[in-house]
Amino acid sequence: MNAPADGAVLEVEGLRTHFFTRAGVVKAVDDVSFHVARGEVLGLVGESGSGKSMTGYSLMGLIDPPGRIVDGRIALRGTDLRALPPEAMRQVRGNRIAMIFQDPMMTLNPVLRVDVQMIEAIQAHAKVSDASARARAREALVKVGIPSPDERLDAYPHQFSGGMRQRVAIAIALLNGPDVIIADEPTTALDVTIQGQILYEMQRLSRETGTAVIWITHDLSVIAGLADHVCVMYAGRIVESGTVDEVLDRPRHPYTRGLIESVPSRNPPGRPLPQLPGMTPSLLTLGAACAFRERCGRAIEACGAAPLAQDLGPQRSLRCVNPLP
Amino acid sequence: MNAATPLLEVRAVSKRFAKAPDFATKLAQRLGARAEPSTVHALDGVDLAVGEREVVGLVGESGCGKSTLGRIVARILEPTEGERYWKGRPYAEYTGGASRSERLAVQMVFQDPYASLNPRMRVADIVGEAPVVHGLVTRGEREAYVAQSLERVGLDASLMRRFPHQFSGGQRSRIGIARALAVRPRLLVCDEAVAALDVSIQAQVLNLFARLREELDLAYLFISHDLGVIRHLSDRVVVMYLGRVVETAPTPELFARPNHPYTQALLAEVPRVDVRRRAYVPIRGEIPSPLAPPSGCHFHPRCPHAFDRCRSEVPALREIAPGHRSACHLNDLPR
Repeated sequence: MNAPADGAVLEVEGLRTHFFTRAGVVKAVDDVSFHVARGEVLGLVGESGSGKSMTGYSLMGLIDPPGRIVDGRIALRGTDLRALPPEAMRQVRGNRIAMIFQDPMMTLNPVLRVDVQMIEAIQAHAKVSDASARARAREALVKVGIPSPDERLDAYPHQFSGGMRQRVAIAIALLNGPDVIIADEPTTALDVTIQGQILYEMQRLSRETGTAVIWITHDLSVIAGLADHVCVMYAGRIVESGTVDEVLDRPRHPYTRGLIESVPSRNPPGRPLPQLPGMTPSLLTLGAACAFRERCGRAIEACGAAPLAQDLGPQRSLRCVNPLP
Repeated sequence: MNAATPLLEVRAVSKRFAKAPDFATKLAQRLGARAEPSTVHALDGVDLAVGEREVVGLVGESGCGKSTLGRIVARILEPTEGERYWKGRPYAEYTGGASRSERLAVQMVFQDPYASLNPRMRVADIVGEAPVVHGLVTRGEREAYVAQSLERVGLDASLMRRFPHQFSGGQRSRIGIARALAVRPRLLVCDEAVAALDVSIQAQVLNLFARLREELDLAYLFISHDLGVIRHLSDRVVVMYLGRVVETAPTPELFARPNHPYTQALLAEVPRVDVRRRAYVPIRGEIPSPLAPPSGCHFHPRCPHAFDRCRSEVPALREIAPGHRSACHLNDLPR
């Protein structure tokens, strides 16, 4: 159970998740590598179809046929999760590694009271009495800032507002003090002021408990305010990664720069926004070539060969043959 | 713009959605149960004006009534109280065949490009049906007209025989815009029209809106929860909270000097690409239920500056600087 020397809680190396459909093989996650340390927030940014959510599901072991993890290593505190038998993986899931979804009703059962669901989640992983499990559930609700936790424990999910429901989902993810929480767009459906509250709680929790957080989102501005490191995904691959400052201030990949530049609040009002032409390619028809080639202003002939990820420094990588200076 | 008659105006508009009590409720009340409030106060005395070629941004959180207001402006919903005016004349005066163009002058672009297009209709029919029905073009001219409409929004006209599911999200947004523009409106009500799109596609559609405004002299009522989008596109911003307008100002003025505590909180919460590792200081609580809105100023339970008067008296929307109006009692206090 000892963590490696550099303090990485979760190490992912060469992860490939493919879907074998009738129309062909969809390489949803294609050679993805990253690691995240204790108390660190890693942002996984990409547009729809970039494979960011599938990366999250792969880590949780939640890929169903026709999908399969075909290659790679997922090491949680040195244990390879892919090598674990299903029963052992069940003890890890929701215990050492937990997930929060965009829609909290994916986590919550609408016909069970919140306390029943929370106690169940605790007793699935530890032999504790109902009373002490309930006390722990109450504590978790307090941690995520839910007022009057005793009454709220007796409530059903529909009696909570959207923001409160998401807090309950976060509380359930926190119940067993996991090493890693994977948050898949948990604030996208929420209002700005409620999103601010949730981001505040997550920031505080990761600092206080040392839980590593993988924050999956399409919103660069959320990552800017929350994360330490960021990985930018495009068509199943990480095209650029590094610290938030490095990636957002000095992007090297043309896609990263295009994404940053098209955010309206960064541009003078009224002027045309710099836009990336075209749209994300179909993952079915992807060859070995750089998937961004068609939309890229810097594309050269060498882009036709598969660009390899190159390390530019510790935790800074780039997958581009003609990067920005 | 102050002197000229606005293109569209709504005055003192209220909208209440009442649920008729069902049998069980009636029975329970007969037996002495207390009646629970079942009327949603979606809008409460809202004034709004959109000038010729003006882009008005309407912001607020879910449940603040911004979509209801948009639908009333587009005449999809009827207000419970209040009146709507087109070029200074109430809509009731526009009747008969001659006023067709006035009745088609406001069109709507919806949020969900998946739900707002009929999946069983070809794009040529989605875009071409209304102009033919309203006699803007003849059946014979339809195909050429649809082709022209599609090209104007940046779609390949050769795709008009396809069905909506054969297009991507961004392309579907463009189809929705082409449909709205096909009846030659003067004002587009865009209800979260880019919210469902990816960042890179969103930029393309926002640029399209800006270009169409120039080309067709359009006015927009642009409804969004995204302040970055609003700031980029709008000339003037209207901020709503729980059924009321709390502040309105020209866009640069509102972002430079927000007056209402709610607007200030909203601006403070917006995540920005250039702000790193920020410490989030959340405003307390959530939007109260519009079933039972708080007394006085609707924002007072969450407001850090609330005092006694805020709990009892509704603040009026008053001018605090040229073109800048805010509904807050704090402005009456001596400084």
